[in-house]
Amino acid sequence: MSSSTASEASGPTTSVEYIQHHLHNNSIGEGGFWVLNLDTLIYSWLLAGVLMYIAYTMGKKMTSDTPSGGQNVLEAIVEFVQQQIKDIFPGSNPLIGPLALTIFMWVFLMNAMDLIPVDLLPQLGHLVGIEYMKVVPTTDLSTTFALALSVFALIIYYNIKIKGPIGYIKMFLFHPFGKYLIPVNILMTAIEEIAKPISLGLRLFGNMFAGELIFMLIALLGATSLYGLAPQIALGTVWAIFHILVISLQAFIFMLLTIVYLGMAHQEIEEH
Amino acid sequence: MSITATLIGQMITFAILVWFIGKYLWGPMTQMMDDRKKRIADGLAAAERGIHEQELAEQKATQHIKEAKEQAAEILSQAQKRGVEIVEDAKDDAKAEGERLITAANAEIEQEVNRAKETLREQVVEITIAAASKIVKKEIDAKAHGELLKDVVGQI
Repeated sequence: MSSSTASEASGPTTSVEYIQHHLHNNSIGEGGFWVLNLDTLIYSWLLAGVLMYIAYTMGKKMTSDTPSGGQNVLEAIVEFVQQQIKDIFPGSNPLIGPLALTIFMWVFLMNAMDLIPVDLLPQLGHLVGIEYMKVVPTTDLSTTFALALSVFALIIYYNIKIKGPIGYIKMFLFHPFGKYLIPVNILMTAIEEIAKPISLGLRLFGNMFAGELIFMLIALLGATSLYGLAPQIALGTVWAIFHILVISLQAFIFMLLTIVYLGMAHQEIEEH
Repeated sequence: MSITATLIGQMITFAILVWFIGKYLWGPMTQMMDDRKKRIADGLAAAERGIHEQELAEQKATQHIKEAKEQAAEILSQAQKRGVEIVEDAKDDAKAEGERLITAANAEIEQEVNRAKETLREQVVEITIAAASKIVKKEIDAKAHGELLKDVVGQI
């Protein structure tokens, strides 16, 4: 994708170019790691701003006795998250609640950008001279891994805090098979731990990226021939409805696994 | 399609967002919901207590009513007894009064009879004198025969 040239920026023509164009981030930087994807950042900031606004206004005006519609919705979400934490998480931690709630709502909103017609915002951007735009922040590995690595950092932090540094090392040494297979244990536990953030980040990214790609392919149906218009509308509707499930489910799974992983970090080490 | 420095920006955003939501939404809302849970529980307990107290009060009220009825019955029976007594007393008084009146009347009658006898006696004397004077054709001197007449009157 980094091979895209200036000629492509003047407007996509073939299907391949169309898709490549759509998958190109609007970024600044030298290339390699030190690149900022402006579209990802701006859309996720906008959604974070929406969440902050809702959280702030609702937190200020909520009442105990006569909750209004918006407050009821938020209360239902908060209670839902609270219930999940109560079911899964051992003990209590003041961070886990806000963390899980934030992941659920923010990831859901970022995923929900997928439901906006694929060409709408990029086309509007094109009109004001913005050539590249990816509107779904969770189709960017940087976003999903930012969340996954934050969770991973918390997993390591709480492992060390609860089990102690020695306990944490002992978990690596003796964990699955006892003390006679220490090299195997180290390998197994390391894989197990590293798999957590990677699976978290890749699962969300994969689902959203694939969903976005299919939206593009459906959009291409009508673009390539006039006969494709009816299938485009039909398939687009079906996929969008199905995608409502996918975006909620992925937000929920990300939140749930975060709680599960942090819950595991909070468990005292078992002797083998 | 690779991990870029955007990651760092997103991590910072994520951290700020978690802090913000924890401070302004999660904290106050869970606090409020806990308070509400507690208030509802308290309210239900108070309602339970109220029902219990009402039952006690009803029991007390029935007992009071029962006592009041008993007292009323006692007062009524006393009053009846007293009434009977009063009637009896009145009867006795009336009898005594009647007897007294009868005695008084009898005495008066006797007095009247005596007075009538006296008057009659005097009139008989006068008639007797008149009759005697006609018989003897001679004026009887009232002065001369007064003693004799008094004697006659006394004998009547």
